[in-house]
Amino acid sequence: MEILVCVKRVPDTAENEIKINSDGTDIERDDLVYSVNEWDNYAVEEAIQIRDRVGGAVTVATIGDKDSEEILRREMAMGADKGILISDDAFEGSDGKGISKILAAEVKKGKYDLILTGAQADDGAGQIGGMLAAILDLPYASIVNKIETVDSKKIKVGREVEGGNQEMNEIEMPCVLSIQTGINEPRYVGIRGIRKVASIEIPVHKAKDLGVDAASVGAAGAKVKRVDYFVPPAGKGADIIEGSAEEKADKLIELLKAKGGIK
Amino acid sequence: MAQQIFAYILHKNGVADDSALELVAAAKKIDAGAKVTAIVTGTGAPLDALCKEMAASYSSVWKIDNAAVAYPNAEVIRKILVKLIPKGSILLCPHNTFGMDLAPGLSIKLDASFVSDVVAIEGIDGSNLKVIRQEFSGQVSTHILCDISNGAVVNTRPGSFKADESKSAGGAVTDKSSEAGDLSAKRRYLELVEAQVGDVDITKSDILVSVGRGIGEKDNIPVAEELAKAMGGDVSCSRPIVDAKWLDKSRQVGTSGKTVKPKVYMALGISGSFQHLGGLKGSPFIVAVNKNVKAPIFQVANVGVVEDMIEFMPVLTEKISESK
Repeated sequence: MEILVCVKRVPDTAENEIKINSDGTDIERDDLVYSVNEWDNYAVEEAIQIRDRVGGAVTVATIGDKDSEEILRREMAMGADKGILISDDAFEGSDGKGISKILAAEVKKGKYDLILTGAQADDGAGQIGGMLAAILDLPYASIVNKIETVDSKKIKVGREVEGGNQEMNEIEMPCVLSIQTGINEPRYVGIRGIRKVASIEIPVHKAKDLGVDAASVGAAGAKVKRVDYFVPPAGKGADIIEGSAEEKADKLIELLKAKGGIK
Repeated sequence: MAQQIFAYILHKNGVADDSALELVAAAKKIDAGAKVTAIVTGTGAPLDALCKEMAASYSSVWKIDNAAVAYPNAEVIRKILVKLIPKGSILLCPHNTFGMDLAPGLSIKLDASFVSDVVAIEGIDGSNLKVIRQEFSGQVSTHILCDISNGAVVNTRPGSFKADESKSAGGAVTDKSSEAGDLSAKRRYLELVEAQVGDVDITKSDILVSVGRGIGEKDNIPVAEELAKAMGGDVSCSRPIVDAKWLDKSRQVGTSGKTVKPKVYMALGISGSFQHLGGLKGSPFIVAVNKNVKAPIFQVANVGVVEDMIEFMPVLTEKISESK
């Protein structure tokens, strides 16, 4: 099976406090560590596991600048066979539709049975997989937490739906799936693994290589634009307990007892 | 405003999803005087009853009765909507697992703009719709301008718009079943596999000690279990803990996990995403313990402790044991 996984380089904000820059145009990115989007990493792991079961190859592609090469190498160290960096100044400022158009052009250059994206990334929109499928006129399933290979024409996929239930579907290939976290346990990538793939050449595809009309993507083609970042005025919020850790624990225990939080 | 506004009504066997009346409120934020059309797909008597019910809240209700959409397969419903919705219209959808499946591709097929997971609508600004979204797991908000000159698909976050209960639309139901067109699809719904009840049913717990990403490593889970034991409660968790396979899925609180209604909910190292908070009902007393003072959980908690949960848990456990 030929599998393409679309990945994105994002800042790791899970455990970090995010600050907005002085004019509100961006978050402060200088101190943030970047890595591959968590959802995408699960998608790559899933692709590798499918390839190891049924054969074929896994290609990882990303849209970004030179810095994005590092995440391609990371995913290749995991086991992806090829990496493609899709990079052009004309792509900057693309909205979801622009990104999807660029990725669709990349997909058309290959012959893939399965195209995977993460279910969402840092902006939480969760839109690329669905748009990509629609542009390519391929069937789509979102928030996939299980893939069973059936035969060369179709697969069975589980979608995570409300309440922890799983919606099972049969879907014809080629198809596009957006992958949910927890579908597998992504393997660890050590520095040694990354060194092994350090010298593999990663092709760079520009707008003209893909036949993408530069005016239809990037900031010029974007119909959905972010005006600013802001932090909404804080509500009342929690009563913050002050003091040493011991004092905080004592005060908290009193409150918990009053609210029935200690039996 | 010249553009027609539509709302897709999600339901289970004729029982409307909460979003059905939230979309009425969202539409009024776009255009206070809008005559909004609800689109309802399904089959049989439950569909008829729901269409009648929706006519109280929507000026017009389009009914599509077809066995192919007895279960809401987004791949089929997208085809119906492309066929029925006039170019340039605005369509509102809930941003849940169905809306996420349906809407991005629909915007492509309608050649309309798409804006996802909208938490507030500020109104029309020239040829744009101005909305608010969140990024980075709710840590920051953004204003978005969405060009609606060619129409738009707008997904609204469940619970972000207060349901419009006025039921004063006095609308009429139109049967559009014959206009649905070709309903073949390359994705076939098979079955719904229900979530398992685990060793402990956290939906029945009065006291929950809930752990998130801040727990750091699996070896710290027993520390939380000790605390839960001292409090007389049970351990639950947020999604990353289940993804990491440190606790069973049956322990997960959130829209994709369990809906719980404890008296006391202690959130340790949980940032407080809307998906997590969506699983918390019945107004519990919420205690948040997090080392990040900006964590969204502090906005919803009653009481907050700014500490590293890993260091704080044993202190609390010991003091509780002493106090007994």
